[in-house]
Amino acid sequence: MDYATSLHLTATEVGLSAIALVLLLVTAWTGAKAARGITIAAVAALFGALIFTVSLPNGGVPAEAFGGLIRADSFAMFAKSLIYLATIACLIVAPRYFESRGGFRGEYAVLMVFNAVGMGIMVSAVDLMALYVGLELSSLSSYVLASFARKDEKSSEAGLKYFILGGLASGIILYGMSLVYGFSGTTSYDGIRAAFTADFSTGAMFGVVFVLAGLAFKIAAVPFHMWTPDVYEGAPTPVTAFFASAPKVAAVAMLVRMATGPFGGQVEAWQQIVIFAALASIVVGALGAIGQNNLKRLLAYSSINNVGFILIGLAAATAEGVSGVMVYLFIYVFMTIGSFVALLMLRDENGNALSTFDDISGLSTTSPLLAWCLLALMFSLAGIPPLFGFWGKFVVFQAAVQADMIALAAIGIAASVIGAFYYIKFIKVMFFDEPKGAAPAKAPVSHWAVLGLCVLVVSPLGYLLGPMLGDAADAAAQALFYAA
Amino acid sequence: MIGIEHYIVVSTVLFVLGVLGIFLNRKNIIIILMAIELILLAVNINMVAFSAFLGDLVGQVFAMFILTVAAAEAAIGLAILMIYFRGRGTIAVDDANQMKG
Repeated sequence: MDYATSLHLTATEVGLSAIALVLLLVTAWTGAKAARGITIAAVAALFGALIFTVSLPNGGVPAEAFGGLIRADSFAMFAKSLIYLATIACLIVAPRYFESRGGFRGEYAVLMVFNAVGMGIMVSAVDLMALYVGLELSSLSSYVLASFARKDEKSSEAGLKYFILGGLASGIILYGMSLVYGFSGTTSYDGIRAAFTADFSTGAMFGVVFVLAGLAFKIAAVPFHMWTPDVYEGAPTPVTAFFASAPKVAAVAMLVRMATGPFGGQVEAWQQIVIFAALASIVVGALGAIGQNNLKRLLAYSSINNVGFILIGLAAATAEGVSGVMVYLFIYVFMTIGSFVALLMLRDENGNALSTFDDISGLSTTSPLLAWCLLALMFSLAGIPPLFGFWGKFVVFQAAVQADMIALAAIGIAASVIGAFYYIKFIKVMFFDEPKGAAPAKAPVSHWAVLGLCVLVVSPLGYLLGPMLGDAADAAAQALFYAA
Repeated sequence: MIGIEHYIVVSTVLFVLGVLGIFLNRKNIIIILMAIELILLAVNINMVAFSAFLGDLVGQVFAMFILTVAAAEAAIGLAILMIYFRGRGTIAVDDANQMKG
């Protein structure tokens, strides 16, 4: 494997890093003046990376770069495309939000691009060291993004909480990695798998559990979810939309790659943990959301709930399960981005966010189109057919049933009914309550475009994407089980 | 004779101290930053000990990466702490309660 091939396989990471560095210098020289220009440049760069990723030829055979540190396969391709899409959406909706709150700065776009680079490395790393670098690149820029609204006390507190708990999670993952390295003698995924298949000691078991616990922190799975509502509420809304989408895709993809790769020979060691986390996330996500009045906190619990469904697919530990996880992630990204963009559009003439249930009551009379879009998104999140969100739940439950985990699927379905309660409450408040607060101000075309796209994907029309999405997800899953 | 077990025990003790430092400390956020550093240093001891024990350099390279990232992490942590202090005028853990749910 020569150097040029390695560079070609990692071209998006290399290119995006170079562009982010240039943009960083431009920001430093021009200050806040060029913020919009820098955002447009970042969107263009990410769009280019998206096109390049989708068109990268790899015919199902994984190609490794830099002596087996990074693997470019269809799994990484799928996850990276989703990550770039979500990042682009969160860049498009950001300027208006920050401009009404004391000025938009170009560093936002720079941090987002760096974050996308880190996430790209996370999903394609096949070595603990490369994984760690990617994970930290993504995490460190996320901490700054959470506290990006510097004048806002809630934002800085969210950044602080995210930093402390994220740092703890990184420490736990690292401690696990050090044990895994010590008991397997290597940091490469294939080497770890071979070593663990030969001899799986108690120390190695501790390592696996630590790594999984740290990863559960990153994806906000119960019992490591406490930070999520606070961080999601306090962070600026475009950043919250980002946290709920792209880093979640990256962390789940990384978890799936680790569970099926290096720990793939020890399914029984991690399956119980994943099943517990899945069920606990679904139940806590559903119950925790019921008493919430703040819409961002509500969506935070909704994302915890969704992580539970995603983990059900992983718990099956089969190629079908992984394929289900990828399909679910795809639909989830569109539902989440759509919901948060709708929240961003809910603001009165003075630019104050309409952020509680009282603010949105009677939205169907004050802003009917927005209310109908939210209706589609909420029904889709609840998994009600014929919306596309139903399909995501269907494929993960199907995978669980095929893997003889009927009890797991049954409890999951029962708990998703509890979850439907607050999605339907959302709709009830919008459509059947009297308007109390101010009507939302007009939103710009860019927001409507992003929201429209998301609603189109989650609408029944999304099933037209079904076959293509299914093929891509199957190819992604096959790439992981290629070596096995 | 000091064997690999001794190193693992020391690193485990440091790791547990770090985690307890985050959860039991109710006074000062700077102590939390120190506890996070303690966790990373515990990992480094593990990495270097395993590396020497296995006769494999990768662990020491990994330890260099961890040191570098830990420095960046501390810088970002202190920067966030700065803007937090500017807004709030305190860095007591119990005062970080703007949001409750």
